[in-house]
Amino acid sequence: MTETRKAAALISGGLDSLLAAKVILDQGIHVEGINFFTGFCVEGHTHAIRKKDKAKPKRNNALWVAEQLGIKLHIIDIIEEYKDVVINPKHGYGANLNPCLDCKIFMVHKAKEWIEKNSFDFIITGEVIGQRPMSQRKNTMPVIAKESGANELLLRPLCAKNLPPGKPELEGWVDREKLFGFAGRTRKPQMALAAEFGFDDYAQPAGGCCFLTDKQYSQKLADLWKAGGSRRYELDDIMLLKVGRHLRPRPHFKMIIGREDGENKFLHGYRKQYTHLLTASHKGPLVLIDGEITQDDLDLAAQIAARFSQGRNADKVEVEVQLLDGSSQTLCVRPIAGEAIPGDWYL
Amino acid sequence: MSDHELDARRLLCPMPVIRTQEKAAQLKPGDTLAVICTDPGAIHDIPAWCRVNGHEIINIQQQQEEIRISVLICDE
Repeated sequence: MTETRKAAALISGGLDSLLAAKVILDQGIHVEGINFFTGFCVEGHTHAIRKKDKAKPKRNNALWVAEQLGIKLHIIDIIEEYKDVVINPKHGYGANLNPCLDCKIFMVHKAKEWIEKNSFDFIITGEVIGQRPMSQRKNTMPVIAKESGANELLLRPLCAKNLPPGKPELEGWVDREKLFGFAGRTRKPQMALAAEFGFDDYAQPAGGCCFLTDKQYSQKLADLWKAGGSRRYELDDIMLLKVGRHLRPRPHFKMIIGREDGENKFLHGYRKQYTHLLTASHKGPLVLIDGEITQDDLDLAAQIAARFSQGRNADKVEVEVQLLDGSSQTLCVRPIAGEAIPGDWYL
Repeated sequence: MSDHELDARRLLCPMPVIRTQEKAAQLKPGDTLAVICTDPGAIHDIPAWCRVNGHEIINIQQQQEEIRISVLICDE
């Protein structure tokens, strides 16, 4: 009796990794999924913080893919280790602060560690040559295999026929003839294969699955680093960059202003870690202050908070301020005029 | 068999799932794990995680902002 080979599939939750895993499952390989959580992942739940996005599906796409395939999924927290990938990418950034090539190398490297620990035979990914401008190019495929340490144990079922055979093919664990030779940015071959497999409800992230590919998010992260004087972050920092309107009226402090109830509720969870403001005389957003502030700064912040409240046209708005030392004060301010807020305060 | 509790309040998905997975790995079949969380996404994700990894949901209770999801740890 031949030994059942085991493969770990990197599952992002998108179509390509779903198909790659399915192709290998259909060859009789035991497949389990690995999904890495970096902190920058775009999930339905992050969108669901905002009420306006409530209609969007709240499922975790990687778990959904695992269910479709009938495989186990291991979601792995790599938040701490991933910081070095974001802060010091050897291969640089893409159009924004997205270190896509370093990210892929890191994830395959982590998958290599995982298969060694769990006695699996090889790794599969949904990569397709030419699909992504930075990480999925003909010349980066061998770089990922080599620098991750996975080498010939890394199999890309969707484009394997465009690459030299690796150990799973050479050893006869998988039939190379049943793999594919997809290339380029077109999604048509994947969509046709999905239809062949009967998948019709897969995630199609328009901007990828990572906030670091988002221009505005990257600008906010760059601002965080600049204001902090070093390229560092904690999970709370990067979560807060996903939520609210961010304004930096002065170099030494930033305001995070909830845009609606869902965000206010989310920000409420951080109120003990930040000085925060809430309009008392009118309905308004919860505002967190990130930075060291003077009384003059507080007055300015209160005027801005009032501007984003329902009292924006009132002569006076009462704003309650809760300071980090536990003390509080009520300021009575005139809301700042919209035109008095320079465009470059908005991050 | 023993009962355990996991505080996953304020964590956004997938963190409640990850913490559940880590805690479950330390438990034995027959143990129960009550996960207390505040992200409504956990109502979908923890049961999905249980389905793909062979555990059972005993019940889900929601009180105001808090959700209590009870999981029976099974032999994977």
